[in-house]
Amino acid sequence: MSSLATVQVLDLIYLVATVLFILAIKWLSSPVTARHGVLAGEIAAALAVGATLFNPELVAYKWIIITLLIGAGVGIPLGLVQMTAVPQRTALSHAFGALSAAMIGIAEYYVGVPHVTRFGMAEIGLEVIIGSLTFTGSVIAAGKLQEILPQRPIVYRGQNFVSLTVLSAAFLLAIALVVNPANTVLFPIMVVIALVFGVLLVTPIGGADMPTVISLLNSYAGFSAALLGFVLNSKVLVVAGALDGSSGFILSVIMCKAMNRSFTNVMFGAFGQVQAGAGAAKEERTVRSASPEEAAGILAAASTVVIVPGYGMAVAQAQHKVRELFDVLTKKGVDVKFGIHPVAGRMPGHMNVLLAEADIPYERLVEMDEVNSDLPQTDVALIIGANDVTNPAARTDASSPIYGMPILEVDKARTVMVIKRSMSPGFAGIDNPLYYLDKTLMLFGDAKVFVGSIIRELAGGGHS
Amino acid sequence: MPSDFLSNLYVFILAGFVGFELIKRVSPLLHTPLMSLTNALDAIVVVAAIIIAGRQESPLATVLGAIAVAASFSNMVGGFLITDRMLRMFKTGRPNKP
Repeated sequence: MSSLATVQVLDLIYLVATVLFILAIKWLSSPVTARHGVLAGEIAAALAVGATLFNPELVAYKWIIITLLIGAGVGIPLGLVQMTAVPQRTALSHAFGALSAAMIGIAEYYVGVPHVTRFGMAEIGLEVIIGSLTFTGSVIAAGKLQEILPQRPIVYRGQNFVSLTVLSAAFLLAIALVVNPANTVLFPIMVVIALVFGVLLVTPIGGADMPTVISLLNSYAGFSAALLGFVLNSKVLVVAGALDGSSGFILSVIMCKAMNRSFTNVMFGAFGQVQAGAGAAKEERTVRSASPEEAAGILAAASTVVIVPGYGMAVAQAQHKVRELFDVLTKKGVDVKFGIHPVAGRMPGHMNVLLAEADIPYERLVEMDEVNSDLPQTDVALIIGANDVTNPAARTDASSPIYGMPILEVDKARTVMVIKRSMSPGFAGIDNPLYYLDKTLMLFGDAKVFVGSIIRELAGGGHS
Repeated sequence: MPSDFLSNLYVFILAGFVGFELIKRVSPLLHTPLMSLTNALDAIVVVAAIIIAGRQESPLATVLGAIAVAASFSNMVGGFLITDRMLRMFKTGRPNKP
């Protein structure tokens, strides 16, 4: 086959892959068809990679084979991580995706120079800046999620000014390169500055804002791949990047809405720093606490229970104990549902994956709006490791930093039980008036241990 | 403005619309697998990396291409693997057979 004909066949195969990519996302819309989506994606990827190996431009295969093997060697363990490690794995995969896009952009520049056109330089410049900052930003996010780096926001005076100056410097260098694409001295400086900006961008962001940040980094990684498609004139990259970019973008919007905050507020707000004094001024109020026996008694007497899981459940690895509790209560004829807040946990859908891993049927995982209409008729709301997403101050207290945020309205249930380590305020340092309500019982202790004790009580004494 | 740019822009905008319409309909239940699947699809940049690594235009380009092949292929393999593992966990409580 002539080399031109081969290239045309390759293009057709890429077209098939592109169609399969779109089908993959279409099938992901429901848990029933979702696995077909993965299969479609896998076939597309295998076709595209396999076909590329026949590209007539290739002259040497040694490094391709070695690096494909390395990639598989790194990718397989990363595909087998525990479900609790999925947020950091995801951040790391954004880092790898962005690294790859940036490396290819940089290679294109050095291969093309001094024949890079101004237009081509603008594309490469933008692509490399976004790829580089997404790479370091995602590495920092993964470090925070893995708790190698502190999860609290790291802030200092004038931070936003410094960060924006650094970003402007990167873009000014990109503009200088567009004016003179052959200036090979400026190019690496631009890359380094973009890498530094990625670090500055994510360091000030706290753990509770990770769902938005991880979605936003997802979006950047996607758009850098799409831009790479422009640089290389590859439609399959443009489509895959546009799908990934728009997916990350939509998720970021959903996360921001679920916190009633804007992008700028998440990126530059350093949540939780300003209101450190807010809770201190309030007078001492009394809380009611309860033992595992009492909690078990109340749960056994209930006919409807809504469990609200949060990041604390993930940290305590309590999801399997929670499933046992679900089984015991269901056997006793109690209707148990889970109320899932969109930003519960550290990434979009985090709680759903953990509970699905623990074998809880997915019809029992209920979205916020739906569960809020059930809560006023619910006997017991049991909160496990969630805090801000249940804070009624979001509805009632206009001075609260989370005022206006949509919450799970657990305070409308007949009885509220909160499993919590201590009375210390949550991550954002915001006091939760829920804990002082007459209908609220505080269950102090480790989520896994406490749920275990409740299960023992229910199994031992609870004849219904 | 090169004509390639315009045709790529067409594709980008149309794909963005398709993506928006499809992703809007993905259940929040599956937002984590959505992110890992789109990540695996995005790893298709490996095809560009393979060409850079195998064209041998300069040692620098080959090294950069090789890093890109390893990074994106690990995303591709790991992304599909973990997405499928997650999706297998989503079970319905209703028995499938009557």
